[in-house]
Amino acid sequence: MAPNLPRVSASVAMPKASLQVVFDNLRAAGYLLVGPTVREGAIVLEEIERLDDLPLGWTDEQRPGHYRLKRTRDSHYFDYDVGPHSWKQFLHPPRLKLFSVEKNNGSWTIRPPQEPPPRYAFIGVRACDLAAIAIQDRVLMGSEFRDPHYAARREQVFVLAVNCSKANSTCFCASMKTGPKATGGFDLALTELPDVFLAEIGSEAGSEVLRNVPWEAATAFDLGRASRVIQRAERQNGRQMQTDDLPDLLYENLEHPRWDEVATRCLSCANCTLVCPTCFCTTVEDVSDLRGARAERIRVADSCFNRDFSHVYGGNIRPTIRSRYRQWLTHKLASWIDQFGTSGCVGCGRCITWCPVGIEITEEVNAIRAKAAQ
Amino acid sequence: MSTAFPVTDIRNPVDPMLPHLATIQAVKPEAYGISTFSVAFVDPEERARYRFQPGQFNMLYLPGAGEVAISLSSDPGESGMMGHTVRYAGSVTRAIGRLKPGDTIGVRGPYGSQWPLKKTLGHDLLIVAGGIGLAPLRPAILSILSQRDAYGRVLLLYGARTPADLLYTGEFEAWQRRGIDVHVTVDLADENWKGQVGVVPQLFYRVRVDHKKTLVMTCGPEIMMRFVIYEALARRIPKESIFISMERNMKCAVGFCGHCQFGPTFICKQGPVLNFAAIEPFFGKEDF
Repeated sequence: MAPNLPRVSASVAMPKASLQVVFDNLRAAGYLLVGPTVREGAIVLEEIERLDDLPLGWTDEQRPGHYRLKRTRDSHYFDYDVGPHSWKQFLHPPRLKLFSVEKNNGSWTIRPPQEPPPRYAFIGVRACDLAAIAIQDRVLMGSEFRDPHYAARREQVFVLAVNCSKANSTCFCASMKTGPKATGGFDLALTELPDVFLAEIGSEAGSEVLRNVPWEAATAFDLGRASRVIQRAERQNGRQMQTDDLPDLLYENLEHPRWDEVATRCLSCANCTLVCPTCFCTTVEDVSDLRGARAERIRVADSCFNRDFSHVYGGNIRPTIRSRYRQWLTHKLASWIDQFGTSGCVGCGRCITWCPVGIEITEEVNAIRAKAAQ
Repeated sequence: MSTAFPVTDIRNPVDPMLPHLATIQAVKPEAYGISTFSVAFVDPEERARYRFQPGQFNMLYLPGAGEVAISLSSDPGESGMMGHTVRYAGSVTRAIGRLKPGDTIGVRGPYGSQWPLKKTLGHDLLIVAGGIGLAPLRPAILSILSQRDAYGRVLLLYGARTPADLLYTGEFEAWQRRGIDVHVTVDLADENWKGQVGVVPQLFYRVRVDHKKTLVMTCGPEIMMRFVIYEALARRIPKESIFISMERNMKCAVGFCGHCQFGPTFICKQGPVLNFAAIEPFFGKEDF
């Protein structure tokens, strides 16, 4: 390794403006950068190139069913929490061609997509979303079957994580033990301080992107300030999820009256599954030309809140909102553990913020616990 | 570019969602709106390699129409041939219904769990099927017949809505002769029907079972299976000895699409054949 690069697991301080050098190094290495940027009143994840694309001086205010951006007086690049987008839209695209078929003389030619997927560099991945990516890894790559489309994107991704410096009322990463500090699964993890970024090197690639960056070894002062920033975010976690009695609490309360109550509020709009960074369900669309000589299969994101999701001959297994909300919540917090050895919830709070009627997953579990079947 | 940055090699990805080309070998009408399609892979190597166990299913694909999970209903000992008994119910199965011998079809599989035939050598077997639910049990029956002496008593309780809906009726006599006690009923008789009338669980009252050594394998509408389980438990057959085959919406068959979830189980992976003891907390829960 070049002598001017920090070793893996070292912490270094770098001038904030030199993050542009990191971006340039990543682009030179063939990465497509995606990161936070302001669009239509929200911080979303899109292709970015320059530091100017980041939401400098913006912060967010999140409550159940409520999201607003506000100006801050500080010149921070990452002074906000997760927005409506998550990284699954890049790793597990919501619309993906599986293959095309051409019919010729009675036989067919099946062609999987030929173009390689983009090599993404994710800029500003929060700890909860790192946990979400690790969960989708288990779902889509961790069993006897492997999703090659996910794997092709996932295996070459560069992860630049950012430790949260604040938390919202919807955040509960601390109680889900996923954040606010990124503890692994990144190439580089930044903590934003007023004057510098403190950077933890997570991999060789993470060290390599600091080429030509004027870094210095982190001082005790830097490390202390950084850890206080993260502690503040942890203290600001606006809610908690009690998990020690899951999954049994939900399994034993499948007929709890709370399911009827929440069904009177839930619109079954599927927003929560769209913004959830771990929800992975898909369906397929079959399209063909008018002669039927060419066809394509396209995998599209689906939601257990859609009526037809459970369709079998004769009807839908889960025709009521009560049954669909119950399916979502028990899957997320209970059966996910049996299926994949991990909860399906990372405590990011997106489902609470983006629920149009402000249903809070934490409150629903509390309500079931309060009058649980014995 | 530095070697520190990984690049995925996307050549030859093994995609479990890609169908493999096969040809319809024969189409045999079984009942009203139901036929058995015998299918063989085009690639001889694939044909030779393919093996399935009783209870498993394939995904059948037609371009532009879609894909559907269909149980294997043929003899697992017959190498190279895959039988699928299909009821024309939705758009994909109706498109399959228009196929003729020589036509191309996409196949991937086999998927899912199997009937517990190896663990049950020496046991009495009580096979209970309703309607097209006999299709995934037929490979089990044929497998049992191929080593009939390895099992104790074998009973088949089978029923359908009307006599015209009964499957494989031409084979019952041979099954009976080779040592399976076949009992058949219909919900609604016509003027030619001389057999039993009533729902399938009522056939339990025509047979005696030894609860200490009987194993139940059932497939049919969920409401039927609920009452089959009820009758079995009433005869002190332990929950652990009851196996059911379940149906759910299925898009991928490999645990990615999420559609077939039934509590902690994916019907495509841990199922379709499930032990009742394992799923009892969820079975029969309204809209679950």
